[in-house]
Amino acid sequence: MKRTNRVLTILIFVFLYIPMVVLVVASFNTGKDITEFEGFTLRQYSRLFQDSSLLELLRNSLIISVLASAAATVFGTVAAVGIHNLNPRLRKTAMTLTNIPMTNPDIVTGVSLSLLFVFVGTRLLGQRNSLTFWTLLIAHITFNLPYVILNVMPKLKQMDASLTDAAMDLGCTPVQAFFRVTLYEIMPGIVSGAIMAFTMSLDDFVISYFVSGLDFVTLPVEIYSYTKKPLQPKIYAMFTLLFLMILALMIAMNVIQLYTDKKKAHTRSAGL
Amino acid sequence: MSKELIRLQDLTMEFDGERILDGINLYFNDHEFLTLLGPSGCGKTTTLRIIGGFLTPTSGKVIFDGKVVNDLPPYQRQVNTVFQRYALFPHLDVYDNVAFGLKVAKVPKDEIQRRVTEMLETVSLKGYENRRVDSLSGGQQQRVAIARALVNRPKVLLLDEPLAALDLRLRKDMQNELKRIQQATGITFIYVTHDQEEALSMSDTVVVMDKGRIQQIGRPEDIYNEPKNAFVADFIGESNILDGVMLSDYHVRFFGRVFDCVDKGFAPNENVDVVIRPEDIDIVPQAQGHLVGTVTSVTFKGLNYDIIVEFKGFKWLIQTTDYQPVGAVIGIRLNPEDIHIMHKSEYSGMFGDYSSYSAEYDELTEDAEDEEE
Repeated sequence: MKRTNRVLTILIFVFLYIPMVVLVVASFNTGKDITEFEGFTLRQYSRLFQDSSLLELLRNSLIISVLASAAATVFGTVAAVGIHNLNPRLRKTAMTLTNIPMTNPDIVTGVSLSLLFVFVGTRLLGQRNSLTFWTLLIAHITFNLPYVILNVMPKLKQMDASLTDAAMDLGCTPVQAFFRVTLYEIMPGIVSGAIMAFTMSLDDFVISYFVSGLDFVTLPVEIYSYTKKPLQPKIYAMFTLLFLMILALMIAMNVIQLYTDKKKAHTRSAGL
Repeated sequence: MSKELIRLQDLTMEFDGERILDGINLYFNDHEFLTLLGPSGCGKTTTLRIIGGFLTPTSGKVIFDGKVVNDLPPYQRQVNTVFQRYALFPHLDVYDNVAFGLKVAKVPKDEIQRRVTEMLETVSLKGYENRRVDSLSGGQQQRVAIARALVNRPKVLLLDEPLAALDLRLRKDMQNELKRIQQATGITFIYVTHDQEEALSMSDTVVVMDKGRIQQIGRPEDIYNEPKNAFVADFIGESNILDGVMLSDYHVRFFGRVFDCVDKGFAPNENVDVVIRPEDIDIVPQAQGHLVGTVTSVTFKGLNYDIIVEFKGFKWLIQTTDYQPVGAVIGIRLNPEDIHIMHKSEYSGMFGDYSSYSAEYDELTEDAEDEEE
């Protein structure tokens, strides 16, 4: 029983990671055919770094992801604090409203955002080109918000409510109490929310496809148009780099989590 | 007598239509150690939170130094609180926890240094400045919480069951410690507890509360010796409470017999509650007893035996150091000062009957009280 369990677990991981392995291998392949590994080379990587249009796409994606996740983190944290302070019935309603956009199919969100932007842009603001960098950014912030709220809420719930009372008792206004006490308590939630928002932004294709204009295109949107013709191997190289970047981020997050847990456990045992 | 500092006037508080406080009138003097005592849900913590500014009363006034402060937020009140589970800031060390209020108030750095050091000395935590608060024991955290509140030199310190989380031994030590700190600083302490012993041993004034109302206010001795109704008599220590008739001043009849007592001022033939403390009853040979009863149960309590004695179908609790076996027929004598007379109240008949007594009874109620409102 135990053995089959272990074998199954290993199999699952193999299935999960084999596509990634294939991609990484392909990025180092000298031949053009992905079905055949001819030899090891870094040529695709040097080609990638010479391709200014690809690098610009990557830069665009990073700009959107960083800005959108940063903004969503700030707004989402503020929203979470607000929702947390509602009375229980309203809080439940607010959380349901937060969850709906997240479960909504991306394509629906994308089309509705696009319609909204075009309507506001052309009818209300009288623009000719209503889909721009800004609509893309707004769309990304919108779909990132629930992830931040969902990561921050549990930390607020776990926090001893009398900590805020204590801060106010000692002379803090509610705003001061937030920055001097609450923020420290919910920081792990904020960080994981921010990282999640960043990764969601970085790889979003569906929503971005509908809300981006011609002047500012992100990597996934552009890559999609490549799929009609054969993919160039240097794209494998870029995907490998992206994959490693996300992997590093995830590992860093887990290490931080592990470290704080350990510190807590350590101090708790020292307390007795 | 020192001057009045806080007055609560006709205070009521309602949550979702439920009345938590029902017409509280109370004043607090400067330098006083006052305890709000009552079972869970009696409104004592609510009262404290209203004084602290965390709740706004539904109606009535909170008057601080002659000014109505109903709507003043906590951070503008000259009051500090020691919270039930301490509420120390986990991301700060001991020094920064204690210095928190002074830093918010932008007190000069060298003054903060001086006052924090001095305060840590007062609570015997010198040398703990750089320790993380979650590396401290419960008693030490408690003292940090007290230091963090007192370093701001509040006019009033509010303490919400601060010792509830400590074990018995530590609790006793901290009771003495708190009393010492209160006397050393001269700050008014308003203390909330459900532990009657704690209330009696520490307070200058005890306010007994139940169902959102004040049942009795008085010095600990008065509360114990002259409870106003069956609730107070039962909540503060153990009491046998029986029905009696006050024939005239100093004469009360119960169990078909007239006893001398020290109470007066009742209407002739008024129906009254008679309180007899279990430790005041003298056991004597049958022939010399005012009343004769049969022992039905004996529990060893360490200091004494709790014995249950049945008199004409009514069971009394008697605390005695003399062992009496189950089934023994004993006599008891009651001196006039052992008998306390109370007017009938809504609580009459609810307390003071030990017919269903069992040794576990105390522990059961204590557990229930731990869950605060």
